Amino acid sequence: MTELLIGTRKGAWIYRDDGARGEWRVEGPIFLGQIVNHFVADPRDPKVRLMAAKTGHLGPTIFRSLDGGATWKEARKPPAFPRSDDPDTARAVSHSFWLEPGHASEPGVWWAGTSPVGLFVSEDNGETWESVAGFNEHPMYWQWAPPGEGTPDGPMLNQIVIDPRDAAHMYLATSTAGVFETHDRGASWTPLNRGVEANFLPDPYPEFGQDAHYIALAPTNPDRLWQQNHCGVYRLDRPGVDWTRIGKAMPAEIGDIGFTIIPHPRDSDTAWVFPMDGTDVWPRVSPGGRPAVYATRDGGKSWIRQDRGFPAEQGWFTVKRQAFCADQFDPVGLYLGATNGEVWMSGDEGEAWRPIATHLPEIYSLAVAP
Amino acid sequence: MIQVLIPSQLNAYCGGASRVEAAGTAIDEVLDDLDRRFPGIRFRIVDEQDRIRPHMRLFVGRDAARDIRRPLRDGEELMIFGALSGG
Repeated sequence: MTELLIGTRKGAWIYRDDGARGEWRVEGPIFLGQIVNHFVADPRDPKVRLMAAKTGHLGPTIFRSLDGGATWKEARKPPAFPRSDDPDTARAVSHSFWLEPGHASEPGVWWAGTSPVGLFVSEDNGETWESVAGFNEHPMYWQWAPPGEGTPDGPMLNQIVIDPRDAAHMYLATSTAGVFETHDRGASWTPLNRGVEANFLPDPYPEFGQDAHYIALAPTNPDRLWQQNHCGVYRLDRPGVDWTRIGKAMPAEIGDIGFTIIPHPRDSDTAWVFPMDGTDVWPRVSPGGRPAVYATRDGGKSWIRQDRGFPAEQGWFTVKRQAFCADQFDPVGLYLGATNGEVWMSGDEGEAWRPIATHLPEIYSLAVAP
Repeated sequence: MIQVLIPSQLNAYCGGASRVEAAGTAIDEVLDDLDRRFPGIRFRIVDEQDRIRPHMRLFVGRDAARDIRRPLRDGEELMIFGALSGG
C-alpha cells in the first residue's frame, strides 16, 4: 500500500491507495487549522511520524505519533533558540519548516530546520529538541542568516540532507546563504555555492548569499547533488565543488525557476522539476498557465516536457519545496501537491498525470510513507 | 489564585475548558503553572525569549499586558485571546 502524508496550510491529510496506485481513500483532516509545513514518517521505524505545525495565533510545535498516526502528542520541548538578553540577537523560532529523519545508524535522531534560520536536533524521536550550536552560534551566523531577509514566510533553513554512507556528512539549504556542508555532524559548516548565481546581489556569484530552494542526493550515487535554486537548476558531482547550471538546457520560454527537484530512486541521471514563472514580478505559477513537469534522463544535458493530463491552458498553480515526491516502485510513481489544493500523480515516471485529490487547502508538503 | 480565560485556540490543552484557575504572583508564574498541568501551552503563547507572541493578546482585567513579568494579585483575572491574524 502507498500512503501519502499531506501537510497543508490548514491541517494534514493521509491518502492511501488500493495497493495498485489506482483508487485512493482519504483520512483526515488531522489537526484542522494548523499550518503544517512538513509531515514525515521515519524510514527506520515507519510508525514514528512527525509534523511541524503552528497556527496563525499560536507558536510553533512538533506533533508526534509513535503508532503510525493513531494517536498524537506534542513534543515536550519543541525547537527553540537559546535565551539571550541582547534584543538584537534574541531569536525565536517562528515555525519549523523541515523535518529530517537521522542517519540509518542513529535511530531516534531527527533534525529540524526552522525560520528564522536555525538547525535543531532531537535524540529521542522528536520529544525534545536542542539548538545545534555549530550552526546557530557560528561566528558567521548573522552574515549567513541576516534577519529580515529571505522568503515571504521569513528566512529559512529549509532543508537538511544526510549522506547515507556517513552520518557525520550532511548538507543543508537556506534561503539566505545557499548550501552548506559539514563533515563532523554539524559541529562546523562550510558554504558550498561555487557557480550558483545570486542575481539579486551586487556580486552575482558570492561565497554565500544564494537562495537554495531544494537540494537532493541521488539515492544510488550520493556524490551527486541536485539543486533547484531561486536562480536555476544545478548539479554538483562530489568531490567537485563547482555547481553546473543544468537548467540552461531547459527551453528558454519555460526557464529553470522552481521550488523543488526530485531524483529518481535508482537512476542517478534522472530527476524531475516543476518549473514556475520567475519572470517579471515573479508570479510563481505554471509558465503560461500550462503546468508541466520537466524530466532529465541524462544528468541535465537535456530535458523532456511531461504535461499529459495536466490542464492544457489556464492552469495557474505551482508546487512548493516539500510537495513533490517519488515512490520506490518500478515504474516510479511521482506525486505533487499543488498550491491550489490538488494532488497529482503519475504511475509511469511522469509520462501521464491525473489528480487524485482536489479541494484540499494549499499544499505545503507531500511525502510517501516508507 | 488567578482566574484564567483560555481562548478557543488553546481549549484542547485544557480538556476543553475555557476558564481555569492557576497559581502565581506574575503572568510568568501563572503560565508556568498552566504549563505544568497542560504541557506545551506556554510555548504557544510566549516565545523562548519570554515575549508574548505577535498574534496573542493578554489582558489583566481591562489592562493589556505587554510583559509577562507583570505582577498579579490574588483574585485577578488573566484573559488570553487569539488576536486577529488574517486568513
